[in-house]
Amino acid sequence: MQDVNKIVNGKDLFLKPEYQESLANKKEFEGSMGSVDQGKVTEVAEWTKSWDYREKNLAREAITVNPAKACQPLGAVMVSLGFEDTMPYVHGSHGCVAYFRSYFTRHFKEPTPCVSDSMTEDAAVFGGLVNMKDGLKNTAALYKPQMIAVSTTCMAEVIGDDLYAFSIAAKEEDGGEFLPEEFPITYAHTPSFTGSHITGYDNMMHGIMSQLTEGVEEKKNEKINIIPGFETYIGSIRSVKAIVESFGAEYTMLGDHSDQWDMPAGDYSMFAGGTPIADAKDCRNSKATISLQKYSTVKTMKMVNKKWKQAGSSSNPIGLKGTDEFVMKLAELTGNEVPEKLKIERGRLVDAMQDSYPYMHGKKFAIWGDPDFLIGMVSFLLEMGAEPTHVLCNNPARGWEAEMRALLDTSPAAADCHVWAGKDLWHMRSLMFTEPVDFMIGNSYGKELMRDTGVPLIYIGFPIFDRHHLHRYSISGYDGALNLLTWITNKVLDQLDEDTKGIASTDFFFDLIR
Amino acid sequence: MGPESLEAKQKAAVEEVLKAYPAKAAKNRAKHLGVGSPEDESQKTCGNVRSNKKTVPGVMSQRGCAYAGSKGVVWGPVKDMVHISHGPIGCGQYSRAGRRNYYIGTTGVDTFVTMNFSSDFQEKDIVFGGDKKLDKCLHEIDELFPLNNGITVQSECPIGLIGDDINATSKMYSKKTGHTIVPVNCEGFRGVSQSLGHHIANDTIRDYVFEGNAPILGDPIEATEYDVAIIGDYNIGGDAWSSRILLEEMGLRVTAQWSGDATLKEMVQTQKVKLNLLHCYRSMNYISRHMEKEYGIPWVEYNFFGPSQTIKSLRKIAAFFDESIQEKCEEVIKKYQPMIDAVTEKYRPRLEGKQVMLFVGGLRPRHVIGAYEDLGMEVIGTGYEFAHDDDYKRTKDEIFRSTVIYDDVNEYELEAFVKKLQPDLVASGIKEKYVFQKMGLPYRQMHSWDYSGPYHGYDGFAIFAADMDLAINSPVWGHSKAPWDKEGEV
Repeated sequence: MQDVNKIVNGKDLFLKPEYQESLANKKEFEGSMGSVDQGKVTEVAEWTKSWDYREKNLAREAITVNPAKACQPLGAVMVSLGFEDTMPYVHGSHGCVAYFRSYFTRHFKEPTPCVSDSMTEDAAVFGGLVNMKDGLKNTAALYKPQMIAVSTTCMAEVIGDDLYAFSIAAKEEDGGEFLPEEFPITYAHTPSFTGSHITGYDNMMHGIMSQLTEGVEEKKNEKINIIPGFETYIGSIRSVKAIVESFGAEYTMLGDHSDQWDMPAGDYSMFAGGTPIADAKDCRNSKATISLQKYSTVKTMKMVNKKWKQAGSSSNPIGLKGTDEFVMKLAELTGNEVPEKLKIERGRLVDAMQDSYPYMHGKKFAIWGDPDFLIGMVSFLLEMGAEPTHVLCNNPARGWEAEMRALLDTSPAAADCHVWAGKDLWHMRSLMFTEPVDFMIGNSYGKELMRDTGVPLIYIGFPIFDRHHLHRYSISGYDGALNLLTWITNKVLDQLDEDTKGIASTDFFFDLIR
Repeated sequence: MGPESLEAKQKAAVEEVLKAYPAKAAKNRAKHLGVGSPEDESQKTCGNVRSNKKTVPGVMSQRGCAYAGSKGVVWGPVKDMVHISHGPIGCGQYSRAGRRNYYIGTTGVDTFVTMNFSSDFQEKDIVFGGDKKLDKCLHEIDELFPLNNGITVQSECPIGLIGDDINATSKMYSKKTGHTIVPVNCEGFRGVSQSLGHHIANDTIRDYVFEGNAPILGDPIEATEYDVAIIGDYNIGGDAWSSRILLEEMGLRVTAQWSGDATLKEMVQTQKVKLNLLHCYRSMNYISRHMEKEYGIPWVEYNFFGPSQTIKSLRKIAAFFDESIQEKCEEVIKKYQPMIDAVTEKYRPRLEGKQVMLFVGGLRPRHVIGAYEDLGMEVIGTGYEFAHDDDYKRTKDEIFRSTVIYDDVNEYELEAFVKKLQPDLVASGIKEKYVFQKMGLPYRQMHSWDYSGPYHGYDGFAIFAADMDLAINSPVWGHSKAPWDKEGEV
C-alpha cells in the first residue's frame, strides 16, 4: 500500500511484496513459456545469441523485425513545416496523421500541426475528391495558412487519386471564398510502399520547389539555396546558417523547420519561422543549390541540375572533414576567403579532438540510421580513430553501400567493418551478440538492444523519445562535431567509471582525473 | 461563478467556436458540440451531442484508425503472441511501444509486446499481392521466435484495397502447423475512428480464440466459484495490476486480464469465469456481450479511478458473490480508507477548486471525472475521440456540473474552448500537450499517464493525486513572464 509520505509510481510500487506476490500468482493462469517452463525460455534466449541464430536471422526474406525506418508521408510533413505558414495536408485517412503528429511530437517535445481529409470506406470506393474539396476549404478557413502542402497516404495511392486535378476542382468549387486562385496548393505523391521517410522528403521538396517556381520570371541572382534534408537536429540547421552567414553569402534555406519545432514558451501560434514563400518561389534563380543530404534529395537535385541548370551539389557537414568540404564549397561559390571565425572554430574543434582522442581510439562501434547521417557519423568516427564495426542502414538509397564501403576503405581502422544495407534492428541484435562492440550509436529503438546485449547506447539519431533536448543541439558544422565528440567521449568515460566502481576490487582504476 | 453563469459561458463558447467554419462544416460540427447538465433529464446524450460519425475533412482531428484500435489497443498488448503490422512500414513504426502496456516476460523470446513486426510492403507486393509474403512471414516468425503462442495479422490500408486474402493464407498456415493465426481486417480506412478496429478485433477473438479452440500451453485451470476476468484494462503503466490486487484481496481470483499483460491462454479460459469485469466499455463491450450470450457469463461495468468510484465499484462487484466476499470487500475498503484520507488531506487543499478540461478516448472522459472531484477539482469540459451514443449517455451520470461536451474535438476547437473557459489544467494526449504547455497551462497526458501511473485502484489514486499536484503547482509555469514584460502582456 502507498505511504502518503512517499508515494511511488509504477517503478517502485510493483516491487512492493504484495505486488510481487500478485504477479507471481498470475503466472498460474498465463501459459506463456516463461510461466510454464522458464528453462526453455533461457535455452531459447541463449540460442538467439548464437551464430546459428544469426545465420537464420540474416536469411530472413519477408518479415521485418524492429525496423529503423518510417514511411514517405512522414518526410513530406517535415518538408511542409519548413515553409512559412504552411499546413501539411495528408490526403488519406486520419489515422496516419495522428501517427505522424505523435511521432514528431514525441521526438521534438513540440506541437506538430498537420491535417488529413479523413477518407473512409466510401472514399476508398469513389475516390477522395469530395474529401479534398471539403478538406482544403476547411483547412484554409480554420488555420489560415499561406500554403497547403498535400501529400498522400498509401490508401490514396492505391486507389490512384489525382492530386493536381483535385486541388483545381477544390478551388473551382470554393469559388475563391477560402481558396483564391493564386493560393498555393503544392502536392506530392508519397506512397508508403516505396522507399522510406527520406523518399517522402525528397518527393515533397521536389513538389514544392517545382510547383512554386512554375512561371516565375527567370532572373538569376547570387543566392545559394541550402536544403537541409530530413534534419532532426534543430541546432544543425542553425549551425549551417551561421556558417553560410559568416561568408556573408545571400542564401535561402529551403525547408527550414528549425523555428517550427523550437517555439519559445509564452504563447502558442500554430506556425513559426520557415522559408518565406516569396523566397521559395525565387529559388530557381539562385546560382547554386547545396543539399546537405544527398540521399534524401535525389529527385530534387536532379531537377536542380537538369531543369534549372544550377550548380547543384551535395555536402554533408557532419564531422571535421564533412564540415571542411562544406566550408570549401562555400568559399568556392562565394569567391570569399574562409572567414577568421570559422578558422578559429575549426582550430578549437581539432584541439578538442586532440585532447580526447585516447578514449575513442580503437573503440568498436555499431551504428544505424539514415544514409546521409551514417556517412557523416562514420566519417567522424574514423577521424577520431574509432573502429566502426557494424554500420546498418534499413533504408539505403542506390549508391549508398558503395559510398560507405569506399569511405571505410580510407581507414585501416575499419578493415573489419560490416556494412548492412536493408537490415533491421533484430539483425543488429544478432550481430552484436556474435561480433560484439563497445558502444552503439543510434535512436531510442536501441534501448532494447542496450538492455539485451548490455552494450551502452549513445543517443544520436531519430527518433529520440526517452532523452530530452538532444535535438536542440547541433551535430553539423565544427560546433556540431564538438557536440558529437563531447557526447561520445563522456559516454566512454561514464562506462569506464561504471566498469571500475567495484569497491576494493576494480576501483584502483576509478581515477579522479582522466 | 455560479452554475448559471458557467453554463452561459459554455454555451456562448460553443456558438463562438462554430463561427470560424464554412457553412457545411459548421452544420456538421454543431451536432457534436453541446453543454451537458446533470439536472437536465431531457438530454438524450450528455449535451445532446451526436457521435461516431465521419470526421469533417481538414480540421486536424485527434482520431486514430481501425488498425490503431485493433493492433494498438486490443491485440497489441497480448504478450505471448506476435502481432504483424501487415502492409507498409509506417503504421507499425509509429505505434511501436507507445501505449505503455506493461507486461512481464522475456521480450523477443516468449513475449513480444514492445517489438515491431512488419511485412514492410513494397510496390511489387501492392501490384502482385502480398499473400505469399505473408505466408513467408509466418514461417520466419515461427522459426526465429519458436516460443510464440500465436500470430495475429493486423491489416493496414492497402490489404483490403488490393484484394489480398489474409484469411485464406492464415487458415492454410494454421491448418498446416496447428498454430493459432488470427487474421484481422482492421484496415485504417474502415469506419470513422479507432472504434471500429476495437469491434473488428473483438470479433476475431470470438472467431479464433473461442470458436477456434486455440491450443494452450500448460494445464487448463480448474474453475472456482470466485473466478473473474478483468476486461478492457490495457495495463497502461500497470493499471490492471493495481486493480487485480484489490479483487484478490476481497477473495476473488482474477484468471484473466484483457488485454494488458494478457496471454492467449488467459483469454481462452475466460469462458470459465463467473463474472466479467468491464472497465473500458467502448473497446470490449462486444466480447463481453458475446460471452454473456454464448457462455452465460454476466458482465458488470466498473470504475477504479478515484476512491468514490472505486468503493462503489468494489461493492457492485461483491454483490455478485456470497457474503464472505461482501465482508472481505468491506474489509478492503476499510483497510485502504486511512491511506486515502491521508492522500486527500494532503493534496485536496492544494488542488481545491481547480478547473479541468479533458479530452481522451475510451472510458476516461467520464471515468476520471470522479477522481478529479475527489480531490476537489472541477471538470468543466470533456469529450471523446471515438465514443458512441451509449458512452455519452453514460457520461450524463458522471458529470457534477454544467460541462461543455465536445465529440471528436479538433485542434482549433480545443484551443478555442481552452482560451475561452480558462481551465487550470488540461488533460489530453501527446499531440495536444505542447500546445497548451506553451500557453503556460499545466497539462497531463491522460492516455499514457505522462509516463507515470498506474492510476487505477487505491494505490493508483495516490499517484494520480501526486501527479496532478506536480502539474498544477510546479514553479515552472510562473517563469513564462519575464521581468521586463509589462502587465497583461503574457
